[in-house]
Amino acid sequence: MEQRNERIQADQIFRRFDPRLYQIASLSTLLLYGLVWLHFDVSLWQIVITLGTALLTQYAATCLYKLPSFDPRSPLISALSLCLLLRTNDLVVAALAAFIAIASKFVIRWKEKHLFNPTNLALVVVLASGLGWISPGQWGQVAWFGFLIACLGSLVVTRAARADVTLGFLGFYVGLLFARALWLGDPLTIPLHQLESGALLIFAFFMISDPKTTPDTRTGRIIFALIVALAALYIQFGLFRPNGPLWGLIGCAPMVPLLDHLLPGSRYDWSKPSSGRSSNPVVNPVLVPLSLSVPQQRRFS
Amino acid sequence: MRRVLVPLLTFVTSLLLWSDNASAFCGFYVGKADTKLFNKASEVAIVRHDNKTVITIANDFKGDVKEFALVVPVPTVLEKEQIHIGEAAVLKHLADYSAPRLVEYFDHNPCVRYEMLEQKFGALKDMAPASAPARGRGRALGVTVEAQYTVGEYDILILSAIESAGLETWLSENGYRIPNGASSILHSYLKQGMKFFVAKVNLGEQAKLGLTHLRPLQIAFESPKFMLPIRLGTVNADGAQELFIYFLTKQGRVETTNYRTVRLPEAQEIPLYVKDKFGDFYRDLFTQQVKRESERGVFMEYAWDMNWCDPCAANPLSAEELRGLGVFWQENVGRTGKGIGQAQNVFLTRLHVRYDAAHFPEDLMFQETSDRGNFQARYILRHPWTGQDECPAATSYRQQLRERYEREAQTLATLTGWNIGEIRKAMNIASLPTGEGKKWYQQLWAN
Repeated sequence: MEQRNERIQADQIFRRFDPRLYQIASLSTLLLYGLVWLHFDVSLWQIVITLGTALLTQYAATCLYKLPSFDPRSPLISALSLCLLLRTNDLVVAALAAFIAIASKFVIRWKEKHLFNPTNLALVVVLASGLGWISPGQWGQVAWFGFLIACLGSLVVTRAARADVTLGFLGFYVGLLFARALWLGDPLTIPLHQLESGALLIFAFFMISDPKTTPDTRTGRIIFALIVALAALYIQFGLFRPNGPLWGLIGCAPMVPLLDHLLPGSRYDWSKPSSGRSSNPVVNPVLVPLSLSVPQQRRFS
Repeated sequence: MRRVLVPLLTFVTSLLLWSDNASAFCGFYVGKADTKLFNKASEVAIVRHDNKTVITIANDFKGDVKEFALVVPVPTVLEKEQIHIGEAAVLKHLADYSAPRLVEYFDHNPCVRYEMLEQKFGALKDMAPASAPARGRGRALGVTVEAQYTVGEYDILILSAIESAGLETWLSENGYRIPNGASSILHSYLKQGMKFFVAKVNLGEQAKLGLTHLRPLQIAFESPKFMLPIRLGTVNADGAQELFIYFLTKQGRVETTNYRTVRLPEAQEIPLYVKDKFGDFYRDLFTQQVKRESERGVFMEYAWDMNWCDPCAANPLSAEELRGLGVFWQENVGRTGKGIGQAQNVFLTRLHVRYDAAHFPEDLMFQETSDRGNFQARYILRHPWTGQDECPAATSYRQQLRERYEREAQTLATLTGWNIGEIRKAMNIASLPTGEGKKWYQQLWAN
């Protein structure tokens, strides 16, 4: 019994630890490594402006929408992801991307949830307008592998309640890549090489996993992950366009309200991570009171 | 749930149907008989805008032309009008224009305020070439000769096949030496619905044309796939191969999406004696950079707006030359009445890759970016001022020279992996007056 109490206490400590802090730390480390070792084509000014614009936008929206408090964590994650992925020669574009990312959370909403992942939307807008580009091949093995470890670590450390969508997506995506290679008779080094994209990791661990833009139930999220993986691969190998996952996610995002309608569950709150289940309290006693609590106030982060 | 499953099934079906309409180029030499084929370095120019693509494959085949053969996977059956013979001179001009370059600066009298003058010096031209060749006849084995043309000195066949074993047998029976291991790759390309472009030299036509060399082959087609198939090329390769790719695009720089595209170190000051061995310097520098990237990098040697250059290793290409390479949007510039000297709207990217099967398992995939930033692999020689004037500035200038030479020596050693001791010796650094003769405080109040 004592042991059980200790476990519950440890669980509570983990729960109190906001997974976003870990994410911010790993993204920042990666950005630093990219700048110093891999010579990413991103200037310090671009980083400053991206971060600054994102925080300012969040702050302005906090005032405008009268949110209880200014929370810099989510905009920081969006901005760091933008710094890692977006390449442009124009600082205005960097600022615009950060603005679109954060503002979209407040403007494009459906039943109290924002519809698009902020980073995803900003990247797609910039790509579509030809103002910037993404360099998915710039990572190299070392950075990729290191970042993979960090990402997997984040799942363990933070016990992210919604790792299912990440793991689901990666499972389907990797499985289908290997299936394709086997069908073509290609050596397996080819699908392994295709996985070696930093953009893919950021996508799987930081974009599609966003609890605010994924379906509320586990079944819904797994179905969503499968659809996105299929769309991503189709764009890559059927339409021969790079950045398949990004386009796939943006295209599939409008399906989330539909999945939520078909499979209703509880809304996500960053301070109270939950898998979205509204029944079966036996699985994790700590989750019982949390998963039942539906936030009273509108939350936008 | 049913509503969800329907689009899912549609997706799955389309996944299975993907393998249509893929494109690929850049082949491998296939020897007839036992002649050793050299397939170490190739040059390819790719002109692309929207999905319209023109590929020029250079050909520097040195052996008996009877032995020459080229097999290239292509996305579709090509019409005769889609195949063309280019001018080797234009490709050479393109290579010269974008070559890594050495520039010289001369220090001025430090006693006089001076401005640096830049002198262009020379350019490196160490490109090698690529592939092409052929002849053929249609036969069974599930191999269909989709088309057969004679274009210039080449006999060209477009083959399709049901399965790779049949294709392999057909090629062997027709005198093409297929390297071991090519079968599985042919299989993969066939599954992706590709055809094979096979070229050999038509000796009669060649004699009629009175040519002593083989001209580059050009193919024009439309495909969403922006890639270069290198896998076949790794099969019969003895060690790593060099590939130079020149992209001519409208929007901006091109980079690889599935490998790291790395800028070479540039604008470095190197010792003067490198002037006579710039070729060696650049080759070793490149090897060193390849190692640094764990042999997995694609290197950018040049990215520039085709309108100008600074310094120019060779003049920019003329509108005619660009057209010869396949720049099809140029015509519009003329029609809109913009005068000579107006923006050509052609951006050149030159990539250099050393590849083998172990480090480059997948074909090269590209994307065009909106980056129009200029880049050139440029190396600098800085000549010291040798005047006799005396003034405090001249004294301190002379004292700093040795330090500068040492710095240049170290740069050179780092860039090329050459032995620092030998570099110092070649530079004769030891004979230079040192600034160390005086104590620091003596230098502090020099008079």
